[in-house]
Amino acid sequence: MINDLPLWLSILVSAFVVFGALLTMAGCIGLIRLDRFYQRLHAPTMGTSMGGGLILLASAIYFTVTRERLVVHEMAIFIFVTVTTPVTLMLLARATLFRDRVEGKDGIPVRGISGQR
Amino acid sequence: MSVAILEWSLFAAQIMLGIGMLATLYRMVVGPRAQDRILALDALYVVALLLLVTLGIRTNSQVYFELAMLIGLLGFVGTVALAKFLMRGEVIE
Repeated sequence: MINDLPLWLSILVSAFVVFGALLTMAGCIGLIRLDRFYQRLHAPTMGTSMGGGLILLASAIYFTVTRERLVVHEMAIFIFVTVTTPVTLMLLARATLFRDRVEGKDGIPVRGISGQR
Repeated sequence: MSVAILEWSLFAAQIMLGIGMLATLYRMVVGPRAQDRILALDALYVVALLLLVTLGIRTNSQVYFELAMLIGLLGFVGTVALAKFLMRGEVIE
């Protein structure tokens, strides 16, 4: 930690970090509380989109002001995570759907509008 | 004063992220089937990445950024490989 910071920077970074961590925690608790797998699939995306975005934005603002130059490489993590999370969760949902159909379980989501499952 | 505000809010954020990691660990241990465990592992990667970023702000160093980037890259590859294994029964065909 450095010794002095402008007050506005401290309040801004604190608000972003705390709100982002709150959203991420809410998503992870949703992973416990939701009942079925297809519902649980939605919960952790709160942490990967808005929660992670806010924390990484806070980090970018903090280092930009304290280092006195433009530091935006946190946005690389944000872009990468935002692009890859739908891909992984879609693959996981397809794999689960395949396994549930092979085992003949009920509770599989109904056929969509497009007619393809 | 302003350093104290930042310090305490980062502490609170780290506590919250730790609670989130405990929640994903619970789902990974208890989770009834394999896909629940993989989903929990994916969420655990992302929360660990965010925890490293807050640690970087706290210690005022940019070393943790590279660790966070590495976790993001390897977590994606690991989750895709595990999902492919669930679907096909093997990773590389």
